Amino acid sequence: MAATEVIGQSTLALPRKRIRWGEKLVQGILFLAATVSVLTTLGIVLSLLLPAVEFFREVSPWEFLTGTTWAPLFEPAHFGVVPLVVGTMMISFWSALVAFPLGVGVAIYLSEYARPRVTAVLKPILEILAAIPTVVLGYFALTFVTPLLRDIGLQVEIFNALAASLVLGVMLIPTVASLSEDAMAAVPRDLRDGGYALGADKLQVSTRIVLPAALSGIIAAFVLAFSRAVGETMIVLIAAGQLPQITFDPRETIETMTAFIGATGNGDVPTGSIEYKTIFAVGLTLFVITLVMNLVSIRLVRKFREVYE
Amino acid sequence: MTRSRVWKNRLFKAAMLFAMLVAFGTLAVLLVDTLITGWPELDRQFFSDPPSTVAEEAGARPAILATLYLGLLVLLLSVPIGILTAIYLEEYANRERWWNRAIEVNIQNLAAVPSIVYGILGLAFIVRGIGVGRVVFAGALILTLVVLPTVVVASREAIRAVPDSIRQGAFALGATKWQVVWRQVLPASIPGMATGSILALSRAVGETAPLIMVGAIVYVAFDPTLFGAYTALPVQIYNWTKQPDPTFQTLAAAGAIVLLAIVLGMNAVAIFLRNRYRKQW
Repeated sequence: MAATEVIGQSTLALPRKRIRWGEKLVQGILFLAATVSVLTTLGIVLSLLLPAVEFFREVSPWEFLTGTTWAPLFEPAHFGVVPLVVGTMMISFWSALVAFPLGVGVAIYLSEYARPRVTAVLKPILEILAAIPTVVLGYFALTFVTPLLRDIGLQVEIFNALAASLVLGVMLIPTVASLSEDAMAAVPRDLRDGGYALGADKLQVSTRIVLPAALSGIIAAFVLAFSRAVGETMIVLIAAGQLPQITFDPRETIETMTAFIGATGNGDVPTGSIEYKTIFAVGLTLFVITLVMNLVSIRLVRKFREVYE
Repeated sequence: MTRSRVWKNRLFKAAMLFAMLVAFGTLAVLLVDTLITGWPELDRQFFSDPPSTVAEEAGARPAILATLYLGLLVLLLSVPIGILTAIYLEEYANRERWWNRAIEVNIQNLAAVPSIVYGILGLAFIVRGIGVGRVVFAGALILTLVVLPTVVVASREAIRAVPDSIRQGAFALGATKWQVVWRQVLPASIPGMATGSILALSRAVGETAPLIMVGAIVYVAFDPTLFGAYTALPVQIYNWTKQPDPTFQTLAAAGAIVLLAIVLGMNAVAIFLRNRYRKQW
């Protein structure tokens, strides 16, 4: 044994490790690229926070969060964000009502019922639906869906929450469907076969075995879709209008947080004015809401995750 | 099976088909309606003339050009940064270190930030803070940040799909870390990265909300330059939609056809690439 050790030391000992500067440089460049995203977050937080702080020096946060009148451009000005939040939540609620059941329905069909060849055709079409620019969807909601709603006898305003919600809901179907389908695909085949062996039919296997087993992924899909509805701008800006009011009637004209930001940020508002700063206060509110929902979604996935071997 | 079970199954299947019908039917109606409304306006003038207050004379040349410039700039900016970030996270980052985990969570969260918030960032920093102004370059920077998380996520998935045995084999032959990444991992993951990048780019081209904040004036009568005023095609569509004169609505539809052609064309290329180069290890 001693002999081999001697040999090992004398002939197999590696030369002292050379520092490869090229490799170090590459690693540095890669790290720099990765910091871009961190700087982006920092930039977003700073760009929202600094003007928002100035805003809250002039308007108390309490008035902002509980005030029920939003009229920053009027005299006397009111800065109650509640109507905008209610508008956003109403749009999100109705579009979720469309997107959640239909999205899960599409997912179950693709994952449990459709033949592979059918799936191979349908999935790219779903992707196309997801790729339609939202400005086109907004135009469609305003010029097609709203007249259609009137034709079938609904008393909707020209700008109304219903048309925007319906189109937004359909837009979110691919998001819900593709994430839910991923979750269902991860359910092991054994579970399904076990169900069939016990005499269950396809409906029972789909709804009582696959659906519960994929629940974490489906809920995460819901939360993500809801947060996208909250953040969606163009459809609501074009089709739902700019009338901040507290109403739960989707036939009415409303205004969401995003629509306010989009309409006000367009460029006519002088920098430094209180109207200008409202953009950032509302933006901060929106950012916090979507951030919390994203964190909830990540947490949910962890909590409900069923681990299969 | 009992009779009621048969009916329940049929009903369930009908409900699922209804869900498919809503999704695909809406898509079909949207495409057909836009085509029918916009087609008559889609003449030579639409591509050669600037926008105008008179609907009959209006075209979209500057807007189309600006959108192409934006797409090209976003490609040049977001793809290298996105791929380098993905390589760092997949091949180099030590997960034990808190800052690497922070970068990961950060990108996850960035992907969920509404695009209009990026517009606010642009408004505060690029346009007013640094003072570049409402120019094409500023718009491209913001769009780059909007789609960067998408490029990173897609590239990471492509890199992860390369099996470890390839890396081990290269290391065993004496390759350095960068040689392994550059000559083995990257070539193998290029189709996946290209697919993801094209999809991200198509999103950037159709993105409107951030551009409303950082660019885009209504009437731009001249061809855009890198550091000049501009209006992008989606923003032009939005502005036409806002006009009360119904002729502008048909112009909006014509603009939508062009935008859809660009965006869906890019998607088709991405889907084709994905199917063509799907690799089995």
